[in-house]
Amino acid sequence: MTRTKASAAIVGPGNIGTDLMFKLIRRSEIIEPRYMVGVDPTSDGLARAKRLGLETSADGVDWLLARDELPDIVFEATSAKAHQANAPRYAEAGILAVDLTPAAIGPYLCPPVNLSFNLDAANVNMITCGGQATVPMVHAVSAVVPVPYAEIVASVSSRSAGPGTRANIDEFTETTAAAVEEIGGARRGKAIIILNPVEPPLMMRNSVFCAVPAEAGEPGALQDQILESIHAMVETVQEYVAGYRLRSDPQFDPARSGWGGQARVFIPIEVKGGGDYLPDYAGNLDIITAAAARVGDLLVAHRLGTETSWKSAADLDASATGDNRPEKAGV
Amino acid sequence: MTIRPEDVPVVGREVTETEVRDHASSAGGPTDLRITDSTLRDGSHAMSHQFTEAQVRGVVSALDRAGVQVIEVSHGDGLGGSSFNYGFSLVDEFDLIGAAVEEATQARIAILMLPGLATVKHLKRAHAVGASVARIATHCTEADVSVQHFGEARALGMETVGFLMLAHRASPEVLAANARTMVDAGAQCVYVVDSAGALVLAGAQERVRAVVDEIGRDGAQVGFHGHQNLSMGVANSVLAYQAGAKQIDGALCALGAGAGNSPTEVLAATFERMGIRTGVDLGEVLSAAEEVVRPFIPRLPWMDRSSITQGYAGVYSSFLLHAERAAERYAVPAHAILQRVGEHGYVGGQEDMIIDIALQLAEEQSLGDLAAVGVR
Repeated sequence: MTRTKASAAIVGPGNIGTDLMFKLIRRSEIIEPRYMVGVDPTSDGLARAKRLGLETSADGVDWLLARDELPDIVFEATSAKAHQANAPRYAEAGILAVDLTPAAIGPYLCPPVNLSFNLDAANVNMITCGGQATVPMVHAVSAVVPVPYAEIVASVSSRSAGPGTRANIDEFTETTAAAVEEIGGARRGKAIIILNPVEPPLMMRNSVFCAVPAEAGEPGALQDQILESIHAMVETVQEYVAGYRLRSDPQFDPARSGWGGQARVFIPIEVKGGGDYLPDYAGNLDIITAAAARVGDLLVAHRLGTETSWKSAADLDASATGDNRPEKAGV
Repeated sequence: MTIRPEDVPVVGREVTETEVRDHASSAGGPTDLRITDSTLRDGSHAMSHQFTEAQVRGVVSALDRAGVQVIEVSHGDGLGGSSFNYGFSLVDEFDLIGAAVEEATQARIAILMLPGLATVKHLKRAHAVGASVARIATHCTEADVSVQHFGEARALGMETVGFLMLAHRASPEVLAANARTMVDAGAQCVYVVDSAGALVLAGAQERVRAVVDEIGRDGAQVGFHGHQNLSMGVANSVLAYQAGAKQIDGALCALGAGAGNSPTEVLAATFERMGIRTGVDLGEVLSAAEEVVRPFIPRLPWMDRSSITQGYAGVYSSFLLHAERAAERYAVPAHAILQRVGEHGYVGGQEDMIIDIALQLAEEQSLGDLAAVGVR
């Protein structure tokens, strides 16, 4: 194969789709966003994409699949229902699909945990924003000790929760809980989402609670190993989400009878958005678009047989001239 | 101290002793409003979610005998609340709901659910074990997350009640708009929920009135759920009734989060004094409070420094015991934690932030200690 770039389509020109477009333009050298597809001709996201030179249409996926040159990869930022309808059509057309809805037709994908197992998948699912923020932490703990139960609480600003999330909030909790189990490695998972309307908007906050063996509840070698694993995972996530950090040191609580004799570790995570298109507080949207762009870049690199071209936040800062920063969205 | 005539408050017109006797509610009689008892749901907070099946059966049986028509049973944070963040239940809530359904003869069993925590699956399970009233709660500005749940509850044939929590945080107009969203989604009643016990008299009444004005014309009812943090629960409930509320929440012995709920037995006595029929037999409900609930309460809810701070700073009442536990673990004052929770504007469900704040306060405290010994 002599090609060095893959063309991409983004389906769903809302906040997520638009932020993703900016991330692909700025951060990947091997993915070229070519099409932006929506259903509303007055969409702001379509207008922005057009100004940036993408081919755009409000005629949906029918228009996309009627192009002479089909995209190599499609990012779906619509709804679970829409992706369920579109996925077989992408597959038939041989287009690689990265699914940012909770449809979960393909395997759940969390880049620092299980991307390498799924490099040949034709359709991958990005779980949820809360899943992208918390599954790495559950995995970091379950890599050291058995985790019979893990629970995550995602608090997001009301302004960054769009109508799709609101209409289907059960999909968020169920999909995230399933990924905490399947990818995080907890035997049982639970997810909770809270919307907070306070002004100025709160940064996305995630709390991860894992049940751990009693021994890990007391200071010692096992606890140190868990801490080391958590800190290493934070650094890995920071490679693609610079604003991902621990709000404080993980807190260990000794075993209690009410916890089935287990001890507990509490891991508080804050996600500050990268400010590519969405405001800083919308870390919940940023982490899923960053993960999707990262996944797309790696999947394309794998198929093209090239190295990943991903630019970390540090690379961008080093080369930034400030003129390619898009104007901010009001979510 | 001399009581002068002008000090004697006159609310509306005087009710005579005869009128009170004539209007006295007997269990199951005609009613002007409906009391929903939340001892076995809001009270779950005050019990650290450790209700036993025997306690649930005892309370339901006593309330049922007293003529209370709706009895709410769930984890304090609603279905699915059993968790690290909110506290694990001693007994599976679906077992408790099933026991309550068995025990009730005339009363209907309600559940509470918070979308984002509980899902339609929880709702269906509660319905399957016999719950017939679905109370669906959101923060007062976020009603649109409940649309799918109201639809499902109605499809199951359940009576539906919307719960707009921390109602002091929204203006009457915003509250009315959110009530509209719930009614359009299928709510048959919407409550103004003073989760922080922060509303004071007119503040409660104008919110109830705004919601009545918005949804009353569709035949939807309005309710009021009060807390005692500023000791306003019963007075606010009376004002709510006078503004058109038809459903009022209470809990026996005030057993609920923070300084507790409007006591069901005081509501029954007060409304009876005012000639307002609740359908609750006063003698029976007083005995339910005194003889059934009082003996098993480990600590009566009370207006102390922490819970008054909650009312004053507008903090979700169920944060109380979590703040006390964090205070002990990190050696910082509980009321200081609650004060800061209020400043940050955290909403119901964000119990995890209490640990954050306790850590911050502990750090500030140790920096302060260093400063005191001359370290800069």
